[in-house]
Amino acid sequence: MDQFLQQLVNGLTLGSLYALIAVGYTVVYGIVQLINFAHGEVFMIGAFGALSTYLLFFDGQTGVWILPIMIIGAMIAAVGTAVLMERVAYRPLRNAPRLAPLITAIGISVFLQELVRVFYDRIPFADFPSAKQRIPFPQLDVVSGTAVQIGDVTVQRSAIFTIGALVVCAILLWYFINRTRLGRGMLAVSQDPDTARLMGINVDRIIVVAFALGAVLAAIAGVSQGLQNNNIDFKMGFIAGLKAFTAAVLGGIGNIQGAVVGGLVLGLVESMATQYVPGQFGGGTWKDVWAFVILILVLVFRPQGLLGARVVDRA
Amino acid sequence: MTAMLEVKNLEVAYGKIVAVKKISFSVEQGQVVSLIGTNGAGKTTTLRTISGLLRPTHGEIYFQGQRIDKTPAHDIVSMGLAHSPEGRRIFPRLSVQENLLLGAFARNDQAAIRADLDAAYDLFPILGERRKQPAGTFSGGEQQMLAMGRAMMSKPKLMMLDEPSMGLSPIMMKRIMSTVTELQRQGTTILLVEQNAQAALKRADYGYVLEVGKIVLSGSGSELLVNDDVRKAYLGED
Repeated sequence: MDQFLQQLVNGLTLGSLYALIAVGYTVVYGIVQLINFAHGEVFMIGAFGALSTYLLFFDGQTGVWILPIMIIGAMIAAVGTAVLMERVAYRPLRNAPRLAPLITAIGISVFLQELVRVFYDRIPFADFPSAKQRIPFPQLDVVSGTAVQIGDVTVQRSAIFTIGALVVCAILLWYFINRTRLGRGMLAVSQDPDTARLMGINVDRIIVVAFALGAVLAAIAGVSQGLQNNNIDFKMGFIAGLKAFTAAVLGGIGNIQGAVVGGLVLGLVESMATQYVPGQFGGGTWKDVWAFVILILVLVFRPQGLLGARVVDRA
Repeated sequence: MTAMLEVKNLEVAYGKIVAVKKISFSVEQGQVVSLIGTNGAGKTTTLRTISGLLRPTHGEIYFQGQRIDKTPAHDIVSMGLAHSPEGRRIFPRLSVQENLLLGAFARNDQAAIRADLDAAYDLFPILGERRKQPAGTFSGGEQQMLAMGRAMMSKPKLMMLDEPSMGLSPIMMKRIMSTVTELQRQGTTILLVEQNAQAALKRADYGYVLEVGKIVLSGSGSELLVNDDVRKAYLGED
């Protein structure tokens, strides 16, 4: 029982991280029908944005009050990257065949990874370490340090931060989408872009908002990952991005609740498989395999995802 | 006095196929003007070009004296030109009220929007009764009412209606057409595109007949109704 509860906590932590990133895939897909494979790099750059903020202004300090400022730094870096890639790379391809932006996305992904790997320690006026190997992520009071024990279940402080961040983000996101004018505009564009334009909605602006929204959540995920792993590196976005994409497909791509549910389910499947799959296929080394087995099974048997893709049923 | 809408030598092409071939027409303030013609005559293309969804390859469009053929679609709405598109195109997963509020997206006078929402519910009580229901569950006629109500919510000076009677029962069609008259009475200028020539011309102050991208005939609604060519081609008489 304790083992189960422990894996439940681990799964929810992992799942919350996936969910935060998955929302970015699904929101952008819902608006422009593009799988932005560079979204994992937005997450990675968010983590580097947080680290840079720390190194520039607070190096050596451990006060937890630094965390919100690091998150803001992460958001600025991530949103800047996402908005710039939309403007420079995707917008000129708006009416191109679907394959062109997809290949572009993979290109941007590689470009951003290499940019960070090669240039992070060469940024002028800043004394940043080289990103060619893992860089330690700042450990702050309250959110880092000794784990919390609840009975026999161990809960890392960073896990509480990650799950809490998902809850807060999900509530704010729900409010934004359903209760604000801009959110309603996004819903309209995802259902029928041409008619949305006839309502006076600037579709280009909504697309930028979708990229920015995904980047904000990815930035928070980047900070979470840094706190959990104690370090970050230039390729952290690759596998996290693929997993989050899997989560988005699992929930039903284009469906925001689906991305959250898909993320949590994927996280739970991974940790439960680690614990309960017996023999040589069990344990941590196989958890990525199980994640992608899930992706393949979903694509074969339920391509619309658990909650149904909400973009394909256009009336 | 300048016309409310003036279209000059408009040409629109999809690639090499020219759908609208240098047509000119105008809509005066307070009028109901009908554009009739068969499938593929270029009626919908013309409306989509006026509202900015398509770009002309040639020609000019003026709305209240201002040139709009290079203005983005989302800016044209706030100038006072609403377009209720062919096939109604309501947002199926949004509620009636959300659909109507999207019609007012370009406005920020909250109090007046509330009042206009009530006015739309007065005009179409069925929408008021089902304001929370997803619009996709509605019948064709109800969706058409919603599409018209949504177009009204932008407080347009000119409303373009593309085939509002399409697929409706005769009773529902009457209801929609009498709403057109009601809108005109309230001071909205109407550009009405229809395949149902009889219904469209009966209410029109002026009409244009479009045939494979060209205007072949024009005149007052009553003139066109008795015109021999129109009767043969569009009213099923010989």
